[in-house]
Amino acid sequence: MKNYALRPLYVIICLVIVVLIIREVYVPKDFGVHGESYMYGWHRKGNEDEWKAFKVKYKFDNEYCKDCHSDKYDSIMQSPHAIIKCENCHGPAFDHPTDPPKLTIDKSRGLCIRCHASLPYPQASRSNIRGIDPDKHNAEIECSMCHNPHKPSLEGMK
Amino acid sequence: MITRRDLIKNAVTGIAGIALPLVSVKIINAAETLFPDRFEKPSVLWGFVVDTLKCVGCGLCVKACKEENEIPYNTPISRTWVERYIILKDGRVLIDSPDAARDGYTSQKVRDTVVNPENIAKAFFVPKLCNQCENPPCVQVCPVGATYKTPDGVILVDRTWCIGCGYCIQSCPYGVRFFHPVHKVAEKCTFCYHRITKGMKTACVEACPFGARQIGNLRDRNDPVAKIISTERVAVLKDAYGTKPQVYYIGLDENVR
Repeated sequence: MKNYALRPLYVIICLVIVVLIIREVYVPKDFGVHGESYMYGWHRKGNEDEWKAFKVKYKFDNEYCKDCHSDKYDSIMQSPHAIIKCENCHGPAFDHPTDPPKLTIDKSRGLCIRCHASLPYPQASRSNIRGIDPDKHNAEIECSMCHNPHKPSLEGMK
Repeated sequence: MITRRDLIKNAVTGIAGIALPLVSVKIINAAETLFPDRFEKPSVLWGFVVDTLKCVGCGLCVKACKEENEIPYNTPISRTWVERYIILKDGRVLIDSPDAARDGYTSQKVRDTVVNPENIAKAFFVPKLCNQCENPPCVQVCPVGATYKTPDGVILVDRTWCIGCGYCIQSCPYGVRFFHPVHKVAEKCTFCYHRITKGMKTACVEACPFGARQIGNLRDRNDPVAKIISTERVAVLKDAYGTKPQVYYIGLDENVR
């Protein structure tokens, strides 16, 4: 066969070799089928560890808070608010007291009316929570001006 | 011309061939023989139970999830969200989830429309998150192998490998995937993989004051979540799709899609 007829073939073979070399260099060594099947398990294994190493922000352990803030812990534990984790209002505290040394306290009305804005839904357990109309119930001031979130009963009114 | 001898011979061989039970033939799976480690069942399979009867629509789960997983807070995108269903007496169904319910439900208005309480037949909240399907369609469609199922049954996205084509976002029947505006890749609920693999529970489970969300190991018979799924009346979303979700719902209404 004439040489010019074979030239395109050589070009294609060279291209294939180049692609294979790039693939060998570019694709990580741990890329392959890990897990039960090619369909669901074809991935870079190292990524699992990258997700495991993601930074944790919330501790969500009231017992950890108790060690230093036992007075606050004791007061809220005797109230219906005992079911709420400290960090829901005080913010993420995984590295507290190192970072941040001082937690912010969310005193906004928005936080309280998440549960205590009255909604007329008898099938939702929302209706079991005592609620107010946020537009009518002292709309201009913070709830914590009158109600103590750690002792929310009416006897605990400030 | 068929002889009597041939007829009897053919009949006997035919009956013998039919009678040979299929179970007597063991089909050897070459892959299983060559790579036995790939077929070992891991001791953990993460499962989730959502008790819609307990949800009050406070949205603390959404707030905690967004902060824990670094999802831009002032955007409507979220890995988990809470839907409100209002079924009116005339049969109409109103569904909303303002800002993924990040600030909870504080108003009777549904999309600026005031709903008269007397017209409500039933109303309730349904938390949603990734179902971590046993047969995840989002993984099947990924053209580059950037999303995958871990051995313990969680679907993750490799942020360094995702090309952002968005096929997986389209393919999810539950709409849990979205585009991460900072990383420019597909994003989804990971069951807080960084927490559950360290012995903690997911941020949304911990943040819920009412115990409406629970996570557990479905391979452990004594796990509370596995017990609920095996002994109580639970349902999954869009069962007919065959995705086999690992998130089970207590008190699921037929109007929930």
